[in-house]
Amino acid sequence: MNDSKSLPDRLASNLQAVPRSGIRDFFEVVSSMDDVISLGIGEPDFDAPWHIREASIFALERGATSYTSNLGLLKLRQAIAKYVGRVFGLRYAPETEILIAVGVSEALDLAIRAVCNPGDEIMYHEPCYVSYGPLIQFAHGVPVAVPTSVENEFRLTRAALEERVSPKTKALLLNYPNNPTGAALTPADAREIADFLIEHDLLLITDEIYGELSYERPHQSIAALPGMRERTIFLHGFSKAWAMTGYRVGYACAPQVLTDAMMKIHQYTMLCAPILSQEAALEALKEPEEDIASMKSAYLQRRNFLLNSFKEMGLSCFMPTGAFYAFPEITQTGLTAKEFALRLLEEEKVACVPGTAFGPSGEGFVRCSYATSLDAIKIAVERMARFLARL
Amino acid sequence: MDELLKILKNNALESAENIAKMLNISVDEVRERIAAYEKEGIIRGYQAIVNEDVLKMQGVTAVIEVRVSPEREGGFNDIADRISMFPEVQSIYLVSGDFDLLLFVVGNDLREVAFFVSEKLATIDGVNGTATHFMLKTYKHHGVLMESQESYERLKVSP
Ligand SMILES: Cc1ncc(COP(=O)(O)O)c(C=O)c1O
Repeated sequence: MNDSKSLPDRLASNLQAVPRSGIRDFFEVVSSMDDVISLGIGEPDFDAPWHIREASIFALERGATSYTSNLGLLKLRQAIAKYVGRVFGLRYAPETEILIAVGVSEALDLAIRAVCNPGDEIMYHEPCYVSYGPLIQFAHGVPVAVPTSVENEFRLTRAALEERVSPKTKALLLNYPNNPTGAALTPADAREIADFLIEHDLLLITDEIYGELSYERPHQSIAALPGMRERTIFLHGFSKAWAMTGYRVGYACAPQVLTDAMMKIHQYTMLCAPILSQEAALEALKEPEEDIASMKSAYLQRRNFLLNSFKEMGLSCFMPTGAFYAFPEITQTGLTAKEFALRLLEEEKVACVPGTAFGPSGEGFVRCSYATSLDAIKIAVERMARFLARL
Repeated sequence: MDELLKILKNNALESAENIAKMLNISVDEVRERIAAYEKEGIIRGYQAIVNEDVLKMQGVTAVIEVRVSPEREGGFNDIADRISMFPEVQSIYLVSGDFDLLLFVVGNDLREVAFFVSEKLATIDGVNGTATHFMLKTYKHHGVLMESQESYERLKVSP
Protein backbone atom coordinates (compact mmCIF):
# COMPACT_ATOMS: atom_id res chain seq x y z
CA MET A 1 0.00 0.00 0.00
CA ASN A 2 2.91 2.39 0.40
CA ASP A 3 3.01 2.85 -3.38
CA SER A 4 -0.47 4.29 -3.41
CA LYS A 5 -0.92 7.72 -4.86
CA SER A 6 -3.05 10.44 -3.34
CA LEU A 7 -6.47 10.89 -4.91
CA PRO A 8 -5.77 14.21 -6.66
CA ASP A 9 -2.78 12.61 -8.41
CA ARG A 10 -5.08 10.04 -9.92
CA LEU A 11 -7.28 12.59 -11.65
CA ALA A 12 -6.99 12.94 -15.40
CA SER A 13 -4.27 15.46 -16.15
CA ASN A 14 -6.20 17.37 -18.81
CA LEU A 15 -8.87 17.93 -16.17
CA GLN A 16 -6.36 19.23 -13.67
CA ALA A 17 -5.24 21.80 -16.22
CA VAL A 18 -8.73 23.32 -16.24
CA PRO A 19 -9.07 26.04 -13.62
CA ARG A 20 -12.07 26.27 -11.32
CA SER A 21 -14.84 28.38 -12.79
CA GLY A 22 -14.64 32.04 -11.76
CA ILE A 23 -18.40 32.17 -11.73
CA ARG A 24 -18.67 29.38 -9.19
CA ASP A 25 -16.41 31.16 -6.72
CA PHE A 26 -18.51 34.22 -7.05
CA PHE A 27 -21.72 32.26 -6.77
CA GLU A 28 -20.68 30.92 -3.36
CA VAL A 29 -20.15 34.43 -2.00
CA VAL A 30 -23.45 35.69 -3.39
CA SER A 31 -25.39 32.70 -2.10
CA SER A 32 -24.22 33.39 1.44
CA MET A 33 -25.78 36.87 1.41
CA ASP A 34 -29.37 38.08 1.78
CA ASP A 35 -31.18 40.81 -0.16
CA VAL A 36 -28.78 40.75 -3.06
CA ILE A 37 -30.01 42.34 -6.28
CA SER A 38 -28.46 40.25 -8.98
CA LEU A 39 -27.38 41.39 -12.41
CA GLY A 40 -25.36 38.21 -12.55
CA ILE A 41 -27.97 35.90 -13.98
CA GLY A 42 -27.35 34.31 -17.35
CA GLU A 43 -30.90 33.14 -17.92
CA PRO A 44 -34.25 34.83 -18.57
CA ASP A 45 -36.25 36.02 -15.57
CA PHE A 46 -39.38 34.98 -17.46
CA ASP A 47 -40.94 31.57 -17.04
CA ALA A 48 -41.36 29.56 -20.21
CA PRO A 49 -44.60 30.59 -21.98
CA TRP A 50 -47.60 28.78 -20.52
CA HIS A 51 -48.63 26.93 -23.68
CA ILE A 52 -45.19 25.31 -23.74
CA ARG A 53 -45.42 24.21 -20.11
CA GLU A 54 -48.94 22.98 -20.75
CA ALA A 55 -47.78 20.92 -23.73
CA SER A 56 -45.21 19.16 -21.58
CA ILE A 57 -47.83 18.43 -18.91
CA PHE A 58 -50.11 17.04 -21.60
CA ALA A 59 -47.29 14.91 -23.01
CA LEU A 60 -46.64 13.55 -19.55
CA GLU A 61 -50.32 12.71 -19.12
CA ARG A 62 -50.26 10.86 -22.45
CA GLY A 63 -47.40 8.77 -21.14
CA ALA A 64 -44.43 10.41 -22.80
CA THR A 65 -41.95 8.77 -20.47
CA SER A 66 -39.84 6.78 -22.90
CA TYR A 67 -36.59 7.17 -24.81
CA THR A 68 -36.73 8.81 -28.19
CA SER A 69 -34.57 8.06 -31.21
CA ASN A 70 -30.96 9.03 -30.57
CA LEU A 71 -31.19 11.99 -32.90
CA GLY A 72 -34.39 13.12 -31.17
CA LEU A 73 -38.08 13.07 -32.14
CA LEU A 74 -38.35 13.25 -35.92
CA LYS A 75 -41.28 15.66 -35.73
CA LEU A 76 -39.12 18.01 -33.66
CA ARG A 77 -36.23 17.76 -36.12
CA GLN A 78 -38.66 18.51 -38.94
CA ALA A 79 -39.95 21.57 -37.09
CA ILE A 80 -36.39 22.72 -36.47
CA ALA A 81 -35.48 22.28 -40.13
CA LYS A 82 -38.40 24.53 -41.06
CA TYR A 83 -37.60 27.06 -38.38
CA VAL A 84 -33.90 27.49 -39.13
CA GLY A 85 -34.77 27.62 -42.82
CA ARG A 86 -37.30 30.38 -42.38
CA VAL A 87 -35.47 32.43 -39.75
CA PHE A 88 -31.79 31.95 -40.57
CA GLY A 89 -31.91 30.80 -44.20
CA LEU A 90 -30.28 27.44 -43.38
CA ARG A 91 -31.04 24.13 -45.13
CA TYR A 92 -30.65 20.92 -43.14
CA ALA A 93 -32.26 17.53 -43.69
CA PRO A 94 -34.25 16.55 -40.59
CA GLU A 95 -33.55 12.84 -41.09
CA THR A 96 -29.76 13.04 -41.16
CA GLU A 97 -28.43 16.50 -40.38
CA ILE A 98 -30.08 17.57 -37.13
CA LEU A 99 -29.33 16.21 -33.65
CA ILE A 100 -31.29 17.12 -30.54
CA ALA A 101 -28.99 17.53 -27.54
CA VAL A 102 -29.29 18.27 -23.85
CA GLY A 103 -28.89 22.01 -24.30
CA VAL A 104 -26.35 23.81 -26.42
CA SER A 105 -23.99 22.85 -23.60
CA GLU A 106 -24.00 19.22 -24.71
CA ALA A 107 -24.08 20.16 -28.38
CA LEU A 108 -20.89 22.19 -27.91
CA ASP A 109 -19.18 19.22 -26.31
CA LEU A 110 -20.32 16.91 -29.13
CA ALA A 111 -19.20 19.31 -31.83
CA ILE A 112 -15.76 19.79 -30.31
CA ARG A 113 -15.19 16.12 -29.59
CA ALA A 114 -16.39 15.16 -33.07
CA VAL A 115 -13.60 17.11 -34.76
CA CYS A 116 -10.78 17.53 -32.25
CA ASN A 117 -7.69 15.28 -32.28
CA PRO A 118 -5.21 15.53 -29.42
CA GLY A 119 -3.09 18.62 -30.02
CA ASP A 120 -5.48 20.23 -32.51
CA GLU A 121 -5.88 23.93 -31.96
CA ILE A 122 -9.36 25.33 -31.74
CA MET A 123 -9.67 29.10 -31.85
CA TYR A 124 -12.39 31.10 -30.18
CA HIS A 125 -12.87 34.76 -29.43
CA GLU A 126 -12.50 36.05 -25.92
CA PRO A 127 -14.27 37.17 -23.71
CA CYS A 128 -16.52 34.21 -24.32
CA TYR A 129 -18.91 31.78 -22.71
CA VAL A 130 -17.25 29.97 -19.84
CA SER A 131 -17.32 26.45 -21.25
CA TYR A 132 -15.38 26.95 -24.49
CA GLY A 133 -11.80 26.65 -23.24
CA PRO A 134 -12.52 23.77 -20.81
CA LEU A 135 -14.48 21.73 -23.39
CA ILE A 136 -11.54 21.98 -25.81
CA GLN A 137 -9.20 20.84 -23.03
CA PHE A 138 -11.47 17.92 -22.13
CA ALA A 139 -11.18 16.88 -25.79
CA HIS A 140 -7.37 17.03 -25.52
CA GLY A 141 -7.30 19.98 -27.88
CA VAL A 142 -5.44 23.24 -27.45
CA PRO A 143 -7.64 26.27 -26.76
CA VAL A 144 -6.44 29.32 -28.65
CA ALA A 145 -8.18 32.46 -27.42
CA VAL A 146 -8.38 35.36 -29.84
CA PRO A 147 -8.88 38.53 -27.79
CA THR A 148 -11.56 40.96 -28.88
CA SER A 149 -11.65 44.49 -27.55
CA VAL A 150 -14.06 47.27 -26.80
CA GLU A 151 -12.40 49.38 -29.53
CA ASN A 152 -13.87 46.95 -32.06
CA GLU A 153 -17.06 46.59 -30.04
CA PHE A 154 -15.96 43.04 -29.22
CA ARG A 155 -16.41 41.91 -32.81
CA LEU A 156 -13.96 39.35 -34.08
CA THR A 157 -11.78 40.74 -36.87
CA ARG A 158 -9.94 38.93 -39.59
CA ALA A 159 -6.68 40.62 -38.56
CA ALA A 160 -6.94 39.13 -35.05
CA LEU A 161 -7.66 35.69 -36.50
CA GLU A 162 -4.72 35.86 -38.91
CA GLU A 163 -2.45 36.57 -35.96
CA ARG A 164 -3.38 33.36 -34.14
CA VAL A 165 -3.99 30.87 -36.92
CA SER A 166 -1.39 28.09 -37.27
CA PRO A 167 -0.94 24.88 -39.26
CA LYS A 168 -2.44 23.07 -36.27
CA THR A 169 -5.65 25.09 -36.28
CA LYS A 170 -8.65 22.86 -36.83
CA ALA A 171 -11.69 24.99 -36.19
CA LEU A 172 -13.10 28.27 -34.97
CA LEU A 173 -15.71 28.46 -32.25
CA LEU A 174 -17.93 31.50 -32.54
CA ASN A 175 -20.71 32.99 -30.43
CA TYR A 176 -22.60 36.01 -31.73
CA PRO A 177 -24.75 37.60 -30.35
CA ASN A 178 -22.30 37.21 -27.54
CA ASN A 179 -22.32 36.25 -23.92
CA PRO A 180 -20.84 38.18 -22.01
CA THR A 181 -20.40 41.33 -24.12
CA GLY A 182 -23.72 41.64 -25.94
CA ALA A 183 -21.79 42.19 -29.18
CA ALA A 184 -23.22 41.09 -32.52
CA LEU A 185 -21.61 40.70 -35.92
CA THR A 186 -22.51 42.88 -38.86
CA PRO A 187 -23.11 41.04 -42.14
CA ALA A 188 -19.74 42.40 -43.30
CA ASP A 189 -17.98 40.95 -40.22
CA ALA A 190 -19.59 37.58 -40.86
CA ARG A 191 -18.48 37.64 -44.49
CA GLU A 192 -14.91 38.51 -43.46
CA ILE A 193 -14.74 35.64 -40.98
CA ALA A 194 -16.27 33.25 -43.51
CA ASP A 195 -13.65 34.26 -46.09
CA PHE A 196 -10.91 33.62 -43.54
CA LEU A 197 -12.28 30.16 -42.73
CA ILE A 198 -12.64 29.21 -46.38
CA GLU A 199 -9.16 30.42 -47.31
CA HIS A 200 -7.56 28.53 -44.42
CA ASP A 201 -9.90 25.58 -44.92
CA LEU A 202 -11.07 25.53 -41.29
CA LEU A 203 -14.19 24.19 -39.65
CA LEU A 204 -16.65 26.45 -37.86
CA ILE A 205 -18.69 25.71 -34.75
CA THR A 206 -21.16 28.54 -34.37
CA ASP A 207 -23.15 28.91 -31.15
CA GLU A 208 -26.08 31.13 -32.10
CA ILE A 209 -28.14 30.55 -28.99
CA TYR A 210 -28.94 34.29 -28.77
CA GLY A 211 -29.80 34.54 -32.48
CA GLU A 212 -33.36 35.75 -31.90
CA LEU A 213 -32.23 38.37 -29.41
CA SER A 214 -30.73 40.83 -31.85
CA TYR A 215 -32.13 44.31 -31.34
CA GLU A 216 -30.84 46.62 -34.04
CA ARG A 217 -31.07 44.36 -37.09
CA PRO A 218 -32.06 40.78 -37.83
CA HIS A 219 -29.35 38.30 -36.92
CA GLN A 220 -27.20 37.16 -39.84
CA SER A 221 -26.14 33.56 -39.40
CA ILE A 222 -22.63 33.02 -40.68
CA ALA A 223 -23.68 29.44 -41.46
CA ALA A 224 -25.93 30.74 -44.24
CA LEU A 225 -23.12 32.40 -46.18
CA PRO A 226 -21.93 30.78 -49.43
CA GLY A 227 -19.25 28.16 -48.90
CA MET A 228 -19.98 27.78 -45.18
CA ARG A 229 -22.50 24.96 -44.97
CA GLU A 230 -20.01 22.19 -45.69
CA ARG A 231 -17.61 23.33 -42.96
CA THR A 232 -20.07 24.41 -40.27
CA ILE A 233 -21.73 22.95 -37.20
CA PHE A 234 -24.61 25.27 -36.32
CA LEU A 235 -25.73 25.19 -32.68
CA HIS A 236 -28.94 26.58 -31.32
CA GLY A 237 -31.46 25.89 -28.58
CA PHE A 238 -34.49 26.93 -26.65
CA SER A 239 -32.93 28.17 -23.42
CA LYS A 240 -32.68 31.87 -24.10
CA ALA A 241 -35.26 33.18 -26.57
CA TRP A 242 -38.01 30.93 -25.16
CA ALA A 243 -36.88 31.12 -21.53
CA MET A 244 -36.59 27.32 -21.36
CA THR A 245 -33.21 26.89 -19.64
CA GLY A 246 -34.42 24.20 -17.25
CA TYR A 247 -35.83 22.05 -20.05
CA ARG A 248 -32.25 21.44 -21.23
CA VAL A 249 -32.84 21.17 -24.94
CA GLY A 250 -30.74 22.40 -27.85
CA TYR A 251 -29.59 21.11 -31.20
CA ALA A 252 -26.76 20.79 -33.66
CA CYS A 253 -27.18 21.07 -37.42
CA ALA A 254 -24.40 19.95 -39.73
CA PRO A 255 -23.70 17.95 -42.89
CA GLN A 256 -24.34 14.26 -42.36
CA VAL A 257 -20.70 13.23 -41.84
CA LEU A 258 -20.39 15.65 -38.95
CA THR A 259 -23.83 14.82 -37.55
CA ASP A 260 -23.01 11.10 -37.66
CA ALA A 261 -19.80 11.75 -35.74
CA MET A 262 -21.59 13.76 -33.05
CA MET A 263 -24.26 11.11 -32.94
CA LYS A 264 -21.69 8.43 -32.09
CA ILE A 265 -20.79 10.30 -28.92
CA HIS A 266 -24.32 11.38 -28.07
CA GLN A 267 -25.82 7.89 -28.37
CA TYR A 268 -23.39 6.42 -25.84
CA THR A 269 -23.09 9.34 -23.44
CA MET A 270 -26.64 10.69 -23.42
CA LEU A 271 -28.74 8.28 -25.47
CA CYS A 272 -31.27 11.03 -26.14
CA ALA A 273 -32.55 14.34 -24.81
CA PRO A 274 -35.47 14.02 -22.34
CA ILE A 275 -38.69 13.33 -24.20
CA LEU A 276 -40.76 15.84 -22.22
CA SER A 277 -38.32 18.57 -23.12
CA GLN A 278 -38.47 17.58 -26.75
CA GLU A 279 -42.27 17.74 -26.65
CA ALA A 280 -42.03 21.19 -25.09
CA ALA A 281 -39.56 22.31 -27.76
CA LEU A 282 -41.94 21.12 -30.46
CA GLU A 283 -44.65 23.28 -28.95
CA ALA A 284 -42.20 26.21 -28.74
CA LEU A 285 -41.82 26.10 -32.52
CA LYS A 286 -45.57 26.44 -33.13
CA GLU A 287 -45.80 30.20 -32.62
CA PRO A 288 -42.24 31.23 -31.95
CA GLU A 289 -42.54 34.86 -33.02
CA GLU A 290 -45.37 35.53 -30.58
CA ASP A 291 -43.56 33.89 -27.68
CA ILE A 292 -40.37 35.78 -28.31
CA ALA A 293 -41.69 39.22 -29.23
CA SER A 294 -42.95 40.30 -25.82
CA MET A 295 -39.85 39.11 -23.96
CA LYS A 296 -37.63 40.72 -26.55
CA SER A 297 -39.32 44.08 -26.27
CA ALA A 298 -38.98 43.92 -22.47
CA TYR A 299 -35.24 43.18 -22.83
CA LEU A 300 -34.83 46.08 -25.22
CA GLN A 301 -36.47 48.52 -22.82
CA ARG A 302 -34.34 47.27 -19.96
CA ARG A 303 -31.20 47.50 -22.06
CA ASN A 304 -31.97 51.11 -22.89
CA PHE A 305 -32.75 51.86 -19.28
CA LEU A 306 -29.55 50.24 -18.06
CA LEU A 307 -27.32 51.90 -20.67
CA ASN A 308 -28.84 55.32 -20.05
CA SER A 309 -28.34 54.80 -16.32
CA PHE A 310 -24.69 53.86 -16.87
CA LYS A 311 -24.26 57.05 -18.87
CA GLU A 312 -25.76 59.10 -16.02
CA MET A 313 -23.41 57.56 -13.48
CA GLY A 314 -20.40 58.04 -15.74
CA LEU A 315 -19.79 54.37 -16.48
CA SER A 316 -18.73 53.90 -20.06
CA CYS A 317 -20.29 50.99 -21.87
CA PHE A 318 -20.47 50.14 -25.53
CA MET A 319 -24.02 49.67 -26.82
CA PRO A 320 -24.77 45.93 -26.81
CA THR A 321 -26.94 44.95 -29.76
CA GLY A 322 -27.76 41.37 -28.85
CA ALA A 323 -28.30 38.78 -26.08
CA PHE A 324 -29.22 40.26 -22.67
CA TYR A 325 -25.91 41.47 -21.32
CA ALA A 326 -24.16 44.81 -20.98
CA PHE A 327 -20.41 44.89 -20.45
CA PRO A 328 -19.46 48.22 -18.88
CA GLU A 329 -15.84 49.24 -18.49
CA ILE A 330 -14.69 49.84 -14.92
CA THR A 331 -10.97 50.63 -15.41
CA GLN A 332 -11.44 54.28 -14.46
CA THR A 333 -12.32 53.17 -10.92
CA GLY A 334 -8.78 51.86 -10.48
CA LEU A 335 -10.20 48.51 -9.40
CA THR A 336 -9.76 45.17 -11.08
CA ALA A 337 -12.91 43.49 -12.35
CA LYS A 338 -12.89 41.09 -9.42
CA GLU A 339 -12.31 43.83 -6.83
CA PHE A 340 -15.08 45.91 -8.36
CA ALA A 341 -17.55 43.03 -8.35
CA LEU A 342 -16.67 41.96 -4.80
CA ARG A 343 -16.84 45.46 -3.35
CA LEU A 344 -20.07 46.26 -5.17
CA LEU A 345 -21.49 43.07 -3.72
CA GLU A 346 -20.25 43.66 -0.18
CA GLU A 347 -20.97 47.36 0.01
CA GLU A 348 -24.17 47.65 -2.00
CA LYS A 349 -25.39 44.08 -2.38
CA VAL A 350 -25.48 44.19 -6.15
CA ALA A 351 -24.09 41.15 -7.94
CA CYS A 352 -22.50 41.35 -11.36
CA VAL A 353 -19.92 39.00 -12.85
CA PRO A 354 -16.29 40.08 -13.21
CA GLY A 355 -15.28 40.14 -16.88
CA THR A 356 -12.33 37.88 -16.12
CA ALA A 357 -14.73 34.98 -15.55
CA PHE A 358 -14.99 35.01 -19.36
CA GLY A 359 -11.25 35.04 -20.00
CA PRO A 360 -8.30 37.33 -19.22
CA SER A 361 -9.33 39.85 -21.88
CA GLY A 362 -12.44 40.51 -19.79
CA GLU A 363 -10.26 42.38 -17.28
CA GLY A 364 -11.49 45.92 -16.76
CA PHE A 365 -15.13 44.97 -17.40
CA VAL A 366 -18.07 43.49 -15.55
CA ARG A 367 -21.04 41.67 -17.03
CA CYS A 368 -24.43 43.06 -16.07
CA SER A 369 -27.37 40.97 -17.19
CA TYR A 370 -30.65 42.68 -17.92
CA ALA A 371 -32.55 39.41 -17.90
CA THR A 372 -33.97 40.53 -14.60
CA SER A 373 -37.01 42.61 -13.74
CA LEU A 374 -37.02 46.33 -14.41
CA ASP A 375 -37.80 46.90 -10.74
CA ALA A 376 -34.63 45.06 -9.76
CA ILE A 377 -32.60 46.94 -12.37
CA LYS A 378 -33.88 50.26 -11.03
CA ILE A 379 -32.65 49.44 -7.52
CA ALA A 380 -29.37 48.04 -8.85
CA VAL A 381 -28.49 51.19 -10.80
CA GLU A 382 -29.27 53.41 -7.81
CA ARG A 383 -26.94 51.35 -5.67
CA MET A 384 -24.26 51.26 -8.37
CA ALA A 385 -24.39 55.04 -8.75
CA ARG A 386 -23.97 55.42 -5.00
CA PHE A 387 -21.07 53.00 -5.04
CA LEU A 388 -19.30 54.80 -7.89
CA ALA A 389 -19.80 58.20 -6.28
CA ARG A 390 -18.10 56.93 -3.14
CA LEU A 391 -15.07 55.41 -4.86
CA MET B 1 -49.76 49.05 -29.63
CA ASP B 2 -47.22 51.78 -29.05
CA GLU B 3 -44.47 50.81 -26.59
CA LEU B 4 -45.22 53.80 -24.42
CA LEU B 5 -48.83 52.75 -24.01
CA LYS B 6 -47.74 49.21 -23.23
CA ILE B 7 -45.47 50.48 -20.46
CA LEU B 8 -48.27 52.58 -18.96
CA LYS B 9 -50.81 49.77 -19.24
CA ASN B 10 -48.38 47.64 -17.29
CA ASN B 11 -47.50 50.30 -14.73
CA ALA B 12 -49.30 53.64 -14.91
CA LEU B 13 -47.03 55.02 -12.18
CA GLU B 14 -43.86 54.62 -14.25
CA SER B 15 -42.15 58.01 -14.19
CA ALA B 16 -41.59 60.01 -17.35
CA GLU B 17 -37.86 59.94 -16.54
CA ASN B 18 -37.78 56.14 -16.47
CA ILE B 19 -39.91 55.80 -19.59
CA ALA B 20 -37.57 58.16 -21.40
CA LYS B 21 -34.62 55.96 -20.46
CA MET B 22 -36.42 52.81 -21.54
CA LEU B 23 -37.44 54.15 -24.93
CA ASN B 24 -34.33 56.24 -25.61
CA ILE B 25 -36.36 59.43 -26.04
CA SER B 26 -36.41 62.70 -24.10
CA VAL B 27 -38.47 63.25 -20.97
CA ASP B 28 -40.27 66.10 -22.74
CA GLU B 29 -41.25 63.82 -25.58
CA VAL B 30 -42.67 61.29 -23.10
CA ARG B 31 -44.72 64.01 -21.40
CA GLU B 32 -45.96 65.36 -24.72
CA ARG B 33 -46.99 61.98 -26.00
CA ILE B 34 -48.85 61.11 -22.80
CA ALA B 35 -50.61 64.46 -22.90
CA ALA B 36 -51.59 63.81 -26.51
CA TYR B 37 -52.99 60.38 -25.64
CA GLU B 38 -55.00 61.93 -22.84
CA LYS B 39 -56.27 64.70 -25.06
CA GLU B 40 -57.28 62.33 -27.86
CA GLY B 41 -59.13 60.23 -25.30
CA ILE B 42 -56.96 57.17 -25.91
CA ILE B 43 -55.89 57.20 -22.28
CA ARG B 44 -59.18 57.48 -20.36
CA GLY B 45 -57.85 57.39 -16.83
CA TYR B 46 -55.51 55.79 -14.33
CA GLN B 47 -56.64 53.45 -11.56
CA ALA B 48 -55.07 51.23 -8.94
CA ILE B 49 -55.82 47.52 -9.13
CA VAL B 50 -57.12 46.75 -5.65
CA ASN B 51 -57.63 43.30 -4.18
CA GLU B 52 -60.99 44.02 -2.60
CA ASP B 53 -61.32 40.53 -1.18
CA VAL B 54 -58.51 41.32 1.25
CA LEU B 55 -60.20 44.52 2.37
CA LYS B 56 -63.23 42.46 3.36
CA MET B 57 -65.43 45.17 1.94
CA GLN B 58 -69.14 45.01 2.52
CA GLY B 59 -70.29 45.41 -1.08
CA VAL B 60 -71.21 42.84 -3.70
CA THR B 61 -70.54 42.66 -7.38
CA ALA B 62 -72.88 41.00 -9.84
CA VAL B 63 -72.25 39.94 -13.38
CA ILE B 64 -75.50 40.38 -15.27
CA GLU B 65 -76.37 38.99 -18.67
CA VAL B 66 -78.94 41.11 -20.46
CA ARG B 67 -80.95 40.26 -23.53
CA VAL B 68 -82.23 43.27 -25.42
CA SER B 69 -84.06 44.05 -28.66
CA PRO B 70 -81.95 46.45 -30.64
CA GLU B 71 -83.69 49.64 -31.62
CA ARG B 72 -84.36 50.54 -35.20
CA GLU B 73 -82.14 53.60 -35.22
CA GLY B 74 -79.55 53.32 -32.48
CA GLY B 75 -79.02 49.51 -32.52
CA PHE B 76 -77.53 48.35 -29.25
CA ASN B 77 -75.77 51.62 -28.57
CA ASP B 78 -78.67 53.69 -27.32
CA ILE B 79 -79.81 51.12 -24.83
CA ALA B 80 -76.23 50.45 -23.69
CA ASP B 81 -75.71 54.19 -23.24
CA ARG B 82 -78.82 54.37 -21.09
CA ILE B 83 -77.74 51.50 -18.91
CA SER B 84 -74.26 53.04 -18.61
CA MET B 85 -75.77 56.09 -16.96
CA PHE B 86 -76.54 54.16 -13.76
CA PRO B 87 -73.67 54.73 -11.32
CA GLU B 88 -73.95 51.17 -10.00
CA VAL B 89 -72.93 49.85 -13.43
CA GLN B 90 -69.14 49.51 -13.41
CA SER B 91 -68.62 48.00 -16.83
CA ILE B 92 -70.78 47.13 -19.77
CA TYR B 93 -69.87 45.17 -22.87
CA LEU B 94 -71.71 44.15 -26.02
CA VAL B 95 -71.02 40.45 -26.53
CA SER B 96 -71.86 37.68 -28.96
CA GLY B 97 -73.75 34.55 -27.93
CA ASP B 98 -76.94 33.81 -26.01
CA PHE B 99 -77.29 37.30 -24.62
CA ASP B 100 -76.28 40.77 -25.77
CA LEU B 101 -74.96 42.93 -22.97
CA LEU B 102 -72.69 41.90 -20.11
CA LEU B 103 -72.80 44.15 -17.06
CA PHE B 104 -70.69 44.39 -13.94
CA VAL B 105 -72.81 45.97 -11.25
CA VAL B 106 -71.89 46.86 -7.66
CA GLY B 107 -74.14 47.36 -4.67
CA ASN B 108 -73.96 47.38 -0.90
CA ASP B 109 -75.71 44.05 -0.58
CA LEU B 110 -77.69 41.46 -2.53
CA ARG B 111 -80.96 43.27 -1.99
CA GLU B 112 -79.66 46.47 -3.46
CA VAL B 113 -78.47 44.74 -6.62
CA ALA B 114 -81.70 42.74 -6.86
CA PHE B 115 -83.62 45.99 -6.59
CA PHE B 116 -81.52 47.54 -9.34
CA VAL B 117 -82.19 44.59 -11.63
CA SER B 118 -85.91 44.31 -11.06
CA GLU B 119 -86.82 47.96 -10.75
CA LYS B 120 -84.38 49.74 -12.99
CA LEU B 121 -82.80 47.40 -15.49
CA ALA B 122 -85.69 45.10 -16.31
CA THR B 123 -88.09 47.97 -16.76
CA ILE B 124 -86.08 49.67 -19.49
CA ASP B 125 -87.79 49.49 -22.86
CA GLY B 126 -86.10 46.88 -25.01
CA VAL B 127 -84.68 44.80 -22.15
CA ASN B 128 -86.13 41.34 -22.64
CA GLY B 129 -84.50 39.34 -19.91
CA THR B 130 -81.66 39.21 -17.40
CA ALA B 131 -79.62 36.62 -15.54
CA THR B 132 -77.72 37.72 -12.47
CA HIS B 133 -74.57 36.01 -11.14
CA PHE B 134 -73.07 37.21 -7.88
CA MET B 135 -69.30 37.25 -7.86
CA LEU B 136 -67.75 35.21 -5.05
CA LYS B 137 -64.02 35.68 -5.40
CA THR B 138 -61.56 37.38 -7.73
CA TYR B 139 -58.57 35.37 -8.86
CA LYS B 140 -57.22 37.55 -11.63
CA HIS B 141 -58.17 41.06 -12.61
CA HIS B 142 -56.87 42.98 -15.63
CA GLY B 143 -54.10 40.45 -16.09
CA VAL B 144 -52.99 40.72 -12.46
CA LEU B 145 -53.17 37.73 -10.11
CA MET B 146 -54.85 38.67 -6.83
CA GLU B 147 -52.73 36.29 -4.81
CA SER B 148 -49.11 36.24 -5.78
CA GLN B 149 -47.97 32.70 -6.27
CA GLU B 150 -44.56 31.84 -5.00
CA SER B 151 -42.27 31.88 -7.97
CA TYR B 152 -39.51 29.39 -8.51
CA GLU B 153 -36.22 30.83 -7.41
CA ARG B 154 -33.43 31.11 -9.94
CA LEU B 155 -29.73 30.86 -9.20
CA LYS B 156 -28.40 34.25 -8.14
CA VAL B 157 -25.39 33.99 -10.43
CA SER B 158 -25.20 31.80 -13.52
CA PRO B 159 -22.97 31.70 -16.58
C1 LIG C 1 -23.14 31.41 -25.35
C2 LIG C 1 -23.84 30.31 -24.65
N1 LIG C 1 -23.77 29.07 -25.15
C3 LIG C 1 -24.39 28.04 -24.53
C4 LIG C 1 -25.07 28.21 -23.35
C5 LIG C 1 -25.72 27.01 -22.71
O1 LIG C 1 -27.02 26.91 -23.12
P1 LIG C 1 -27.95 25.63 -22.88
O2 LIG C 1 -28.90 26.01 -21.80
O3 LIG C 1 -28.65 25.41 -24.19
O4 LIG C 1 -27.08 24.50 -22.51
C6 LIG C 1 -25.17 29.49 -22.80
C7 LIG C 1 -25.88 29.70 -21.51
O5 LIG C 1 -25.66 30.63 -20.79
C8 LIG C 1 -24.55 30.56 -23.46
O6 LIG C 1 -24.61 31.81 -22.96
